[in-house]
Amino acid sequence: MDWKRFGFIALIIAVLFTIVVLIGGKSQPAILIISSMLGTTIAVATPLTLGALSGIYCERSGVVNIGIEGMMLAAAFFGWLGAIYMSSIFGFQALPSLLVGLLIAMLTGGLFAALHALLSVTFKVDQIIGGTVINILAVGVTGFLNRQLFFEKGSIFGGQVPHGPGTFTTIYIPIDKAVNGLCGLLGSDCSVAAKAASDVLSQKPIAMAAVLLVVVSHYILFNTRWGLRTRAVGEHPKAADTVGINVTFMRYANVIIGGALAGLGGAYMTLESIASFEPLMTNGRGFIALAAMIFGNWTPFGAWSAALVFGASQAFQIKLQLFRELIPAQWSFLQNAYVVGMVPYLLTMLILTGIIGKNIPPAADGVAYEK
Amino acid sequence: MTENNLVLQAKGITKKFPGVLANDHVDFDLRAGEIHALLGENGAGKSTLMNILYGLYNQDEGEIFINGKPINISTPNDAIGHGIGMVHQHFMLIPVFTVAENIMLGAETLHREKEAKSPLVKLDRREVAQRIKELSQQYGLDINPNAIVGELPVGIQQRVEIIKALYRNANILILDEPSAVLTPQEVEDLFRIMRELTRRGVSIIFITHKLKEVLAVTDRITVMRSGRVVGSADPKQTNQQELASMMVGREVLLRVKKEASNPGEDVLQVDNLHVRDLRNLDVVSGVSFDVRKGEVLGIAGVQGNGQTELVEALTGLRPTKEGRVTLAGKDVTGKPPRTITEAGLAHIPEDRQRHGLVLSYPVADNMILNTYYLSPFAKGITIQQKAVDDQAQRLIKNFDVRTPSAYVTASKLSGGNQQKVIVARELSRKINLLIANQPTRGLDVGSIEYIHKEIISLRDQGVGVLLVSAELDEIMALSDRIAVMYRGKVVAIVAADKVSRDQLGLWMAGSNPD
Repeated sequence: MDWKRFGFIALIIAVLFTIVVLIGGKSQPAILIISSMLGTTIAVATPLTLGALSGIYCERSGVVNIGIEGMMLAAAFFGWLGAIYMSSIFGFQALPSLLVGLLIAMLTGGLFAALHALLSVTFKVDQIIGGTVINILAVGVTGFLNRQLFFEKGSIFGGQVPHGPGTFTTIYIPIDKAVNGLCGLLGSDCSVAAKAASDVLSQKPIAMAAVLLVVVSHYILFNTRWGLRTRAVGEHPKAADTVGINVTFMRYANVIIGGALAGLGGAYMTLESIASFEPLMTNGRGFIALAAMIFGNWTPFGAWSAALVFGASQAFQIKLQLFRELIPAQWSFLQNAYVVGMVPYLLTMLILTGIIGKNIPPAADGVAYEK
Repeated sequence: MTENNLVLQAKGITKKFPGVLANDHVDFDLRAGEIHALLGENGAGKSTLMNILYGLYNQDEGEIFINGKPINISTPNDAIGHGIGMVHQHFMLIPVFTVAENIMLGAETLHREKEAKSPLVKLDRREVAQRIKELSQQYGLDINPNAIVGELPVGIQQRVEIIKALYRNANILILDEPSAVLTPQEVEDLFRIMRELTRRGVSIIFITHKLKEVLAVTDRITVMRSGRVVGSADPKQTNQQELASMMVGREVLLRVKKEASNPGEDVLQVDNLHVRDLRNLDVVSGVSFDVRKGEVLGIAGVQGNGQTELVEALTGLRPTKEGRVTLAGKDVTGKPPRTITEAGLAHIPEDRQRHGLVLSYPVADNMILNTYYLSPFAKGITIQQKAVDDQAQRLIKNFDVRTPSAYVTASKLSGGNQQKVIVARELSRKINLLIANQPTRGLDVGSIEYIHKEIISLRDQGVGVLLVSAELDEIMALSDRIAVMYRGKVVAIVAADKVSRDQLGLWMAGSNPD
């Protein structure tokens, strides 16, 4: 990942934000529009960020994982199921129920990933096929159980979806108080700035964890023994083998770690974003996460920046709906929900065209290791 | 010599692979501070033995002793633990990593106080760099720990491999065909390093099939053939001829015998040929020459002076910018490869693995790649498997291809046998011209002898041969006329018996023939 790419990303986000500010600037201070868009951008980017990190761990160790979509979907379902179980059957409070759900989601992701590792590392099945198996399995299992458990008479939940524990709530960071306090000492009023800072920083827990995990993953990959060995088995497994590194173990471990991260991304959808499960609700995010990973050249920060573009285009969409009445006549096409809805996907394609340099995958990515 | 002096002994090592007995009760030992050559042709079992010593394979029978004590080596870690280091023929280096990262990989914490409790401990790059610097000073191996390995020349990469072994405190170093990829200058450098290492108490096993090198640098020679040790020799009391016979198991001609040529009419005419590279620069600029029936025209030149592109243009693999190529009276300028092939061209390409074979195909299929669409191999749109099988059996027998069967993939064969598959395919039909580009690169003496004989016998049958080689010895041994290429131009064409080696060398370096 180089500065050219980060510059490209910053440019796209800046353009999106500028359009919204130009339209909505009359009704709200620009800084508040930007801060609230930034907050949305970070939150919405969460599942993509986590999905991309999942892909990075897998592919850096040499296992292509197109099953992230399925891992996320399965984790979204089982995490949600676990949370509902805890709250409605065992009568747990909301927070412990959600935490159990979160744990189950990550385990689900890890379990599906273990299956992927078994197929691709041990049985050396073509890794694209292994990933496809995961995706199809996840759609089938979640769709079937969803119907059986919630919509069949005589099922455990009696044919209707019970009230779940809701979603994780925003973690309030008292940055606004800090800013206000500071301004108070200087004798000026900056409540707008305080609110803006709070908009950006106050996030829900999984969104916060995702950002933290980007930093942590970068550190692990490039500064620790684990990272060095992971990259080694992804680049030249035989070289790693000759210096005594267990290629099979490293690949299994990284694929499972990646699965748990995809599971966390799935948990975001049903435990943090909205409190319900819909069949096929991942809606291609697992694949867009892979696109982000590729654009980011298999680096955590690069992938995160690409995920943020996707988040920013969602924020763009949301804000434009809010400011619908203010859109000038000559820009009326922006009132069309379909046109605006295309933006995230168009940008994904734009990013993937490779107009910014060449993406170089790990040399042994997707190749089973034969002694 | 007492047993105490032996740092390493292997007794009765036996290893079977499906269909092959790779090591048959092999005994081998290594004395402290010596360079012991293990000589043998490709497929003789040298690498198998070394891979057993390094723990990459496990022997079926036999014992290994270090300093007289029996030990068990089942993984590379065991070998490293007993002070054995190995420099593989194909380097085990990660091109995108730095020198330091490559060297520390797998041994990141072995030498540190903070002994690996958690895999998430931060790498101590400073300390690693420091230790590399110490080692490089101690052994005279100059290296920059922060360089990216993929950007280093091959000779320096080899140094990284050697330091990697020393970093793990190796006192027994296995060098597997270390000179195969080096320039003559780099080989000299390697020998200097090897002597320096032994002076400091490292014992070296030097695996090779190059006779000159064995005589130049080693203290003792052991020769293997077909999985067995067939003899040993003292480099001071032997010569190349004797070693070659031991390796191959019969008398070998190190220089091919040939009669004077009897050339006929022109079979290939190249007139003012221009070829451009990817950057659209002339890499072959205005080349003209001809090859006659029944002669070998050798093209000498330092690599990268347009020979590769010239051959690609002649064989239809690269477009020509300007000029005219006539093969057996037909204008084939810019024609597709199949047309040129059908005009009677056989081509032994420079890179046999990438351009000569489909490595993942069985040997049998590789043998019909140039004729698969013709009868009897094809009938309509179907391949006639029976005809293909028959052809494969016939060619394997006639060209003495050593393969477990016609159905193993070409990737499983040794380099010499892969080349034989190509030669068999190319010569399996009637041809007018053979273009052989570096036909013996990386091959052992037995295979070289074979290919050379094949080329001369074709010549004697009246086929024209265009031989491109970077080995001046090869050019001089086979050619009737020699053309020298320099910077995309043919700077001289002379009769082979009227030119000295020195004169050719001067032309190759760009000095004007006039």
